[in-house]
Amino acid sequence: MQDVYLLVSGPLAWAAWTIFVLGSIYKIWSTLNTAKKKDQVLLNYVSFKYGMRSIINWSIPFNTVNMRLNPIFTGVAFFFHIAFFVLLIFVSAHQIMIEEGFGIGWFTIPDFVADIMAFAVIGACIFFAVRRVIRPEVSYVTDWTDFALLALVAAPFVTGVLAYHQLGDYMLMVVLHMVSAELLLVAIPFTRLSHMLLAPLTRAYIGSEFGMVRHVKDW
Amino acid sequence: MKERVWIKDEAVERGAEKLTPERIEKTINAVFDNEAGARLKAYVDTCAHCGLCSDACHFFLSRDRDPRFSPVGKVKQTIWEMLDKKGKVSAEFMKQAIQVAQTECNMCRRCVQYCPFGIDIAYMMSLVRRIGHKLEITPLYIQDTAHSHAATMNQMWVKDDEWIDALIWQEDELRDELPTARIPLEKEGADIMYSVIGPEPKFRTQLIYQAAAIMNEAGCDWTMPATPGWDNSDMAMYTGDSEMMGRLKRMHFDTAARLRVKKIVMGECGHAFRSVYDTGNRVLGWQMPPIQVVHALEFYWDLLNEGKIKVAKKFEEPVTFHDPCNVVRGRGLHEKAREVVRAFCPNFIEMTPNKEHNYCCAAGGGVINCGPPFKNARVESNRVKAEQLQATGVKVCIAPCHNCHGGLEDIIHKYKLGIELKFLGEIIYDCMEKPNAV
Repeated sequence: MQDVYLLVSGPLAWAAWTIFVLGSIYKIWSTLNTAKKKDQVLLNYVSFKYGMRSIINWSIPFNTVNMRLNPIFTGVAFFFHIAFFVLLIFVSAHQIMIEEGFGIGWFTIPDFVADIMAFAVIGACIFFAVRRVIRPEVSYVTDWTDFALLALVAAPFVTGVLAYHQLGDYMLMVVLHMVSAELLLVAIPFTRLSHMLLAPLTRAYIGSEFGMVRHVKDW
Repeated sequence: MKERVWIKDEAVERGAEKLTPERIEKTINAVFDNEAGARLKAYVDTCAHCGLCSDACHFFLSRDRDPRFSPVGKVKQTIWEMLDKKGKVSAEFMKQAIQVAQTECNMCRRCVQYCPFGIDIAYMMSLVRRIGHKLEITPLYIQDTAHSHAATMNQMWVKDDEWIDALIWQEDELRDELPTARIPLEKEGADIMYSVIGPEPKFRTQLIYQAAAIMNEAGCDWTMPATPGWDNSDMAMYTGDSEMMGRLKRMHFDTAARLRVKKIVMGECGHAFRSVYDTGNRVLGWQMPPIQVVHALEFYWDLLNEGKIKVAKKFEEPVTFHDPCNVVRGRGLHEKAREVVRAFCPNFIEMTPNKEHNYCCAAGGGVINCGPPFKNARVESNRVKAEQLQATGVKVCIAPCHNCHGGLEDIIHKYKLGIELKFLGEIIYDCMEKPNAV
């Protein structure tokens, strides 16, 4: 198990981060490059001012009409996305590894806070899954890949919580935690999780159209 | 779920009979590969299947939240399937996809304002229409209109001399009321070219009369062309016939350029404005229109603010105002329109939602132009608008768009609302000072 741990925390982690970074760069580059070749008619309309206006307005919780129409979803979705990155960056266990590996450190959140947040993130994933089943307009456009992606996102949190509470074989949980996180990283540029990379682009484009051409709010 | 009703359209049926699997596959892939680019791919890759666009759509809301009528539901029934199967879809599927894209989406872009990623579903529906156009399965009535554009360069098979005749007739009528009034034809170097849509000379000539009265009393230096190019409408834009759209817009701009006018003022029409201001110029390679394009709503606002028209009497009856998608979500004219409405109508009552979050009339996007086969479905699909109108309690609704008039008229009739529809120009004409009148 020690060897497996060394493998997933060493070479596999490097591989996953490399694929994630290069894959992300490729995804954004290929999108922009195709746009340049085929969608010049769009690129001419992209405006920094109106693109940012749209991105900012859609980044403020409950700021848009639709967010206010769906307050529970909005609350859960904002929490989920923020907590995802907070846990990734500020959990002390992650911090220790970064410090050991790179000799740099920063502020961490107390473990009990991280623990509550991780449970809440899992709760959010369950909320998303249940919503996919019970809301007809969502279930109609849901297929197995949506549940698979959700499971992929939830897996690092489930295994993280199990490892932290030392439920089950600790070493196994840590390994599963790392493997699932690595799978998630690799999946981001190549699945619909790429909305992490592309949403700012689609948002900026439509914000520019609404702002510059149509002189109207897009939120 | 209720059984899905697939409506038979003569031209769609006839076109579909001639389809072969190879032709469908080749056409779909040609459009996806050559005409759609990064935008379509980014939209499909980004969509999280969250369904948050649903509440934006009047079809979805009016049909008791049937998911097949949500914006993303329409994408699933068209684009997703075509992409998944790499174009290997049946003629039967294409018939259904055309019904969805051509008659169950008004391309009003309200869902764009509800999608967290700003995905433009109207654009995806326009791609499906483009494929339908190339496969020759566009619904009969709207295709007839597109043919009219191609043959006459106007929407309503109006002949060249009939157009001039209609203008001279209206000028003649107008001179009974305003003896010095003119409808100047072909006046080179005028400030304004006034353009209208085909239905105005065909069956809403009183709108030309009213516009001419406003122009004359406001002292505008204006003209109307006596040649094809007078019609600013564009159903080719809504059938996916981009080539024809380009020809139409080119002729319209060329006519304005030939008359050396400073700006084009357009009558109260939404889709024509979208075509001239937003879409047609792009097809022709201009980032923004080469000649300033002003919608009637903005024009009235300008006249009022420059003191060129003055309020003689108020329209006292309570009124509400319907925001047409293409000039509100398409041009942000909702505040200016309200200022004009309030100047003339002291009892103005808002419907909700309003302004850029209005509900569409369900006629736009070429849906009403698909004609009688789809009328009942269209009217059924806009119950929310009827409820919204009814909740205002007023008996007069101002709708500054031809298509909106058609759509709202139908729901007013079906849901027995007893509301009278007016163009804003009608109210201005009725209530403004007319110093030259006898």
